[in-house]
Amino acid sequence: MTGTPVPGQGAGPARGPEALPPRAKLAVTASRVTAAISRRAGKGSGSVIGGKIALRIAPDLLAQLADHLQVVLVSGTNGKTTTTRLVAEAMRAAGPVVSNALGANMPAGITSALAGAGDAVYGVIEVDEKYLAGVARDADPLAIVLLNLSRDQLDRAAETRMLAEKWREGLRGTEAVLVANADDPLVVWAASSAKDVVWVAAGQMWQEDSWSCPSCGGVMNRPGDDWFCGDCDFRRPQVTWSLVGDEMVDPDGAVWPLELQLPGRANRANATTAAAVASVFGVDTAAALARMKNVTAVAGRYDVVPYQGRNLRLLLAKNPAGWLETFSLIDPAPAPVILSVNALDADGKDTSWLWDVDYTKLAGRPLAVLGQRRLDLAVRLDVAGLTFTVHEHLADAVAACPPGQIEVIANYTAFQQLRRTIKEAQA
Amino acid sequence: MTIGMSKLRLVWIYPDLLSTYGDQGNALIVERRARLRGIDVERVDVRSDQAVPTSGDIYLIGGGEDRPQRLAAERLRKDPGLGQAVSRGATLLAVCAGYQIIGHEFVDDLDRVEPGLGLLDVKSGRGPVGRRCVGEVLADVDPQLGLQPLSGFENHQGVTHLGAGAKPLARVTAGFGNGTGDGTEGAWSGRVLGTYLHGPVMSRNPGLADLLLTWATGVPLTPLEDRWHEQLRSERLRAVRAQAG
Ligand SMILES: [Zn+2]
Repeated sequence: MTGTPVPGQGAGPARGPEALPPRAKLAVTASRVTAAISRRAGKGSGSVIGGKIALRIAPDLLAQLADHLQVVLVSGTNGKTTTTRLVAEAMRAAGPVVSNALGANMPAGITSALAGAGDAVYGVIEVDEKYLAGVARDADPLAIVLLNLSRDQLDRAAETRMLAEKWREGLRGTEAVLVANADDPLVVWAASSAKDVVWVAAGQMWQEDSWSCPSCGGVMNRPGDDWFCGDCDFRRPQVTWSLVGDEMVDPDGAVWPLELQLPGRANRANATTAAAVASVFGVDTAAALARMKNVTAVAGRYDVVPYQGRNLRLLLAKNPAGWLETFSLIDPAPAPVILSVNALDADGKDTSWLWDVDYTKLAGRPLAVLGQRRLDLAVRLDVAGLTFTVHEHLADAVAACPPGQIEVIANYTAFQQLRRTIKEAQA
Repeated sequence: MTIGMSKLRLVWIYPDLLSTYGDQGNALIVERRARLRGIDVERVDVRSDQAVPTSGDIYLIGGGEDRPQRLAAERLRKDPGLGQAVSRGATLLAVCAGYQIIGHEFVDDLDRVEPGLGLLDVKSGRGPVGRRCVGEVLADVDPQLGLQPLSGFENHQGVTHLGAGAKPLARVTAGFGNGTGDGTEGAWSGRVLGTYLHGPVMSRNPGLADLLLTWATGVPLTPLEDRWHEQLRSERLRAVRAQAG
């Protein structure tokens, strides 16, 4: 194939990377070669390094690759990877989908994922919060999902409200339909600069980052599920989709039971959001939900794995909002819980957030503590009046737990380390 | 407060604005260390649309982002509660953004010089562009206070200069502290303390909680078994020294 393609227009347009201009094609090839070398060297999937090389050769590659696709972007502090997966599943009811399913969510990882688009019609892309405005400009999406914004790795990330401000400026006047959480005032503030917003009542357990009005600084009132500023007219918008208990209510008022295999309120909210997105693309809600029900684990999260003759359920929680949602979905006491916390670069090096998490919710359970920063966690649990044991190795923590499935909650690199430890034991 | 007469009142100021870095930790630790010694505690969390009570024994102000810091200062300037409490001898610990607010002035998110509360003789400004003070801190405390070296984490761009009416809380052996280049960290005067060691500074420095409790109760405290605090302290000291060496 040669010449300049006219993607997405007329009958049988050239699609996929084959239709790219020569420089972009070269970039895609280079990224694949680099990724393969990186994989062979045992350095992960190689998608990020491949994407970086490709973007150096053709800086507009992300835009060119996205040009062949109908794109959905998914962003927010928590739930991005799972929601991206659920949206991708739902969209498969309408046609082939390409997605950065492993969570490489910055421009290089996204570019690399899109380079493998094949005959995909839809691109469902997870985007890191900090890069959303830029990727939204390049990828020309038809829909953008805004899940939530809360404190996360404050020693290296932008302040939470500044992020909302960046979204608001970056999405001002966008042609995309926004699908946004009406229960998070910071998300509503960010989305209100757009023309077309589908508001979803997706809930928000963590409210400590939105007590002051993002518009005027006034104190927010939060009676029941509602919220409004006491000093200006900023308030919760009218929703069209909502999660009510275990059920989803669509814009026509029809009630859908959400019989997901993924656990917890947060995932029911993610599924509700995904159904709203699918509906923007004309995907039938019954078909979308049927596909979402098949998802059991996402990049290892929620996976139940055997280890040392026991069953461990692996749960990822990276910040106070994530821990709060996770505590609400684990099996009730006295199910044993193992907690693991690291503070490496990818986690943020400051552990002060541990004090924002209400660990008294774990009272009445056997608790075992692990991870590079287990002593920070030990002090936190001690001050909360809990009893616990502290261990260096997973095997010892597991041995300390009474019978029954063990809920294992870990932050980012601690989670990856646990998966590796378990994999090595299985080999 | 006198033991046996009433409850110790612990007042946490503006958790809705100044609680960005786990600042609740200090309130929880003071509360727990009082209770372990049989001291009855009443904790009062004051939201920024509520009045600061004047009858507290220990006051805590935490850290926050630039805009909430400005909003907090605006509201506290209109509320005489904290000033009255401090002038009748109440104990106050202010952390990071809170430390700047209780001084004479600081620079806000709009790059304006904002008046502070003047409860501590310090003035804060902004450090050089591009230099944010982030990371582990280790600092030797003013011997008059009788505390172990402070271990903590800082994350700020502020620079705080001390006036004649305040003494440095500590001198850093690692980290930036006040950011003035003279090695000072924090400030204190009477029963008012300010520090850049943000968030739950007491988790590694329970002695700081005991200092506040001693000031507030006026009696010596029974020692506690600090197994986890001590293990965490020594692990952090090792980590910081390894990093420095
Ligand atoms: Zn307002």
